Amino acid sequence: MRAKTIDRIATGVIVAVAVLIMAVLASLIGYLLFRGLPHISWHFLTSFPQAIKAGGGIGPQLFNSIFLLVLTMIITIPLGLGAGIYMSEYAKRGPITNFIRLVVEVLSSFPSIVVGLFGLLVIVNTFNLGYSLLSGALALTVFNLPMMVRLTEQSLRSVPQEQKEAGLALGMSRWKTITSVMLPVALPSIVTGTVLAAGRVFGEAAALLFTAGMSSPRLDFTDWNPLHPTSPLNPMRPAETLAVHIWKINSEGLAPDAGEIAAGASAVLVITILLFNLGARWFGRVLYRKLTASK
Amino acid sequence: MIEIEKLQLYYGEFQALKNIRLSIPERSITAFIGPSGCGKSTLLRTLNRMNDSIPGVRIEGRVELQGKDIYSADTEVESLRKRVGMVFQQPNPFPKSIYDNVAYGPRLHGKLKKADLDELVERSLRAASLWEEVKDNLKKSALGLSGGQQQRLCIARALAVEPEVLLMDESTSALDPISTTKIEELTRELSRSYTIVMVTHNMHQAARISDRTVFFLNGEVVEAADTQMLFSSPVDQRTEDYISGRFG
Ligand SMILES: Nc1ncnc2c1ncn2[C@@H]1O[C@H](COP(=O)(O)OP(=O)(O)OP(=O)(O)O)[C@@H](O)[C@H]1O
Ligand SMILES: [Mg+2]
Repeated sequence: MRAKTIDRIATGVIVAVAVLIMAVLASLIGYLLFRGLPHISWHFLTSFPQAIKAGGGIGPQLFNSIFLLVLTMIITIPLGLGAGIYMSEYAKRGPITNFIRLVVEVLSSFPSIVVGLFGLLVIVNTFNLGYSLLSGALALTVFNLPMMVRLTEQSLRSVPQEQKEAGLALGMSRWKTITSVMLPVALPSIVTGTVLAAGRVFGEAAALLFTAGMSSPRLDFTDWNPLHPTSPLNPMRPAETLAVHIWKINSEGLAPDAGEIAAGASAVLVITILLFNLGARWFGRVLYRKLTASK
Repeated sequence: MIEIEKLQLYYGEFQALKNIRLSIPERSITAFIGPSGCGKSTLLRTLNRMNDSIPGVRIEGRVELQGKDIYSADTEVESLRKRVGMVFQQPNPFPKSIYDNVAYGPRLHGKLKKADLDELVERSLRAASLWEEVKDNLKKSALGLSGGQQQRLCIARALAVEPEVLLMDESTSALDPISTTKIEELTRELSRSYTIVMVTHNMHQAARISDRTVFFLNGEVVEAADTQMLFSSPVDQRTEDYISGRFG
């Protein structure tokens, strides 16, 4: 009787907490969408921002965010996979490996504004890369890479030991066992995690203020030569991303419709990240089915 | 077929195998019996060098397969394991289709034409007496099979790389009695063309299907003899105590 009562109370508390979290989340997203959606139009998504007139868009910022994400992923995915495989399969157990693991953990929980300042001091100034997409991508790498390493390591570790031994016992080399037995099993969770990490990169602002910069040159969307300074693809140009743009117009926007633009841009950001999340789940499931021949 | 000479194995400080001498004859079933922790699995896994990857393991002595030391410097572990296949205690099919599980090893070790591969897969599944049950579902996931079927699939997967020796570590202990009987019959059948070494906790199983039985205690071979001999007239008192159920 007593145990039953306690059980009921505990269940009630847990359900209440869950409902509360859901409610906060729903009202947050609802509010952002309610304020932002009316301003989103094709014109808004594709045109240039206006400094003092109304009717500006977020085209370059949206492009910058996506391009920066792609650059960051090009750097982090191979490095993260490699280091994760090393950590889970090759590193000898011992104090050094544990220390590396600790460093990775600490790095992945670094405050992003600190990463931004580090980027300014080291990447922008010392290595003289200036305010540029590349600097931004490198700064984002600083906290995205540890996540990728951890993710890969944990996904590989969760592959049953029996699977690995089955591969080895068939005469596969260690590397072959990793690539053809373990990675396929681990891949869905690696992919899901990567896409979620991408969502975080997409919404990041603080680390980019002093690395990718707060301005964009007047981009020429007809010039796709990465070496031209006004080409959208030039990785050495400064690039204000969507999240940075929101921060900027909220704090110093002069256009009469700055509030609406910030609201619209926020909604775009939230929707994109939601899509990332849903996409990650869906893609992970599809991949799992495809790789394992299960229904 | 397999000759083990003065084999010592240490896990760090702990000596798990002590001065093992043993011959394992060709095309027959050799059963390892003994109480838990006496080193049966450890010895079995030295035969295909699966202990190599465990940190802190040290091995001394010789293990010869067809007259060649498998621990010599010029032995390639991968080609050794191709010759010495293994079936584990828990069925461990890859999370792939039935066909892909069996085709895995052959695909890895050489390029086969589709038709040859199909034939090899069928032959291996037939040898593991699983063909009739799965021939219409080769593209289905192996994880949908029952435990006994999965274990036979693992046997088929091991046979598909055409090994000479098959190691089985308590391969029926996770299965129901009917599946166990099936696998026992299958093992008998396979021993006509393969050398089989099995670990079992079940003395009746050893008595039923093996040709030779080796009794282990605390990392040592106490007695190795023809199965009938060992169970009817053991030489060592400790063997007698064990098989009559006085300990273990
Ligand atoms: N990886 C390892 N590291 C350290 N010691 C180990 C390791 N594996 C096994 N041992 C020890 O070696 C001894 C032999 O183990 P083994 O697994 O070979 O026994 P077994 O006869 O197969 O037992 P069981 O019947 O329970 O499977 C045991 O005392 C065990 O604790
Ligand atoms: Mg064992």
